[in-house]
Amino acid sequence: MEYLAPDKTADAVKILAKAKGNAHVLAGGSDLLVRMKTGFIEPDLIVDIKRIKPMQEIKKTASGFSIGAAVSCATLGDHKPLRKAWPGLVEAANLIGSDQIQGRCTIAGNLCNASPAADSIPALIAANAVAVVKGPKGTRRVPVEKIVTAPGKTSLKRGEIVESIHLPKRTAKMADAYLRFTPRTEMDIAVVSIAVNLTLGAKGVITDARVALGAVAKTAILVPAATKLLKGNKLDEATLDALAAACRAACKPIDDKRGTVQFRTQVAGTLAKRAALKAYTRAGGKV
Amino acid sequence: MSVMVRSKINGDDIEFVCQPDETLLDALRDRAGLTGVKEGCGTGDCGACSIMLDGALVCSCLVLGAEAEGRSIETVEGMANGDQLHPLQQQFLQHAALQCGICTPGFLIAAKALLDKNPDPSEEQVRYALAGNLCRCTGYDKIVRAVLAAAKQMRKA
Repeated sequence: MEYLAPDKTADAVKILAKAKGNAHVLAGGSDLLVRMKTGFIEPDLIVDIKRIKPMQEIKKTASGFSIGAAVSCATLGDHKPLRKAWPGLVEAANLIGSDQIQGRCTIAGNLCNASPAADSIPALIAANAVAVVKGPKGTRRVPVEKIVTAPGKTSLKRGEIVESIHLPKRTAKMADAYLRFTPRTEMDIAVVSIAVNLTLGAKGVITDARVALGAVAKTAILVPAATKLLKGNKLDEATLDALAAACRAACKPIDDKRGTVQFRTQVAGTLAKRAALKAYTRAGGKV
Repeated sequence: MSVMVRSKINGDDIEFVCQPDETLLDALRDRAGLTGVKEGCGTGDCGACSIMLDGALVCSCLVLGAEAEGRSIETVEGMANGDQLHPLQQQFLQHAALQCGICTPGFLIAAKALLDKNPDPSEEQVRYALAGNLCRCTGYDKIVRAVLAAAKQMRKA
């Protein structure tokens, strides 16, 4: 196996595009090294992106935040302006594994690892995040919900890398929240998870909303019906019940040792209400 | 093809040669002779191989040795000041917070990472911060008490 650590994205793209055999991108490594250790993959080449400076940066721009693909989740948690603007996303990122894992793992890696139960993916989808993808043919800006296509599979083509994740601009009347159900409080994988991102207008009326579910389908999913029913409403009981019903209707989970179809579907609705209330209160809404 | 790696380990400039697919855990143990890092699971679940890498708490089993080039590493071997044990080490002994000892270096590093950030943690915060470290002997209670006692001792110092 060969290990390369280029210091420019363009070089990483070139190396990956012409690589023969199994080439893998190494961001945090908290999934990649486990798969190597357990024999699932045998890379011929590893391209470490942590020496690429733009990939190590969190930038606040006029259009929002840009988070480099190699920024660890611990770094996200320590970044006050990001935590203030995107509390739900940071919450999700800081639920991945232990403090040790968070010292390494990245949201771009979490996205590209493409687990249906990934914590940060629903939060990224609800946030309307865009992955900035660099490849041999230039740059593509891809909505995060278009990256994961199936468990462990992405729409990235040969030689393409996510360079950064872009989050839109925020105002004080916008907030997000992320909740998951796990049997343990720490070091566990979501049985059901949900992210809710709300924008409030005058008098606490919701003017925009995005809701995404995790671990209840083959990929994390956006729930367009939730956007439709939340828009123009306050978070009263009838709206919360309708939201829960819409989220349950969107679930297509599997039965496994961590949760049955029925349990996952039921919990999705319950978590939807709780996460919506959390996001609503954070955005300044009163219930 | 071997990789030549130069790192600062516990303040000393160290050079070692490792294989490109070798973990930093193996390189620290087998190349640098630092056997304080232990392999429990090898998959980032148990925390026995915890180290500080450029100021971040990480599992060295999830880092490649080659990644350590130019980085600064702290292991349990660097915790004591000569013969003077670190307050966490003193309190682990005082509270009998270990039995077989395999998990202890990882717990000490993770606890130090917590106290460096938060000198006055609650019991709950200690338990959350140490959730990535597994111990099969103590039942955790003595470890948590030792960390709280060390925090108190360090605040007084």
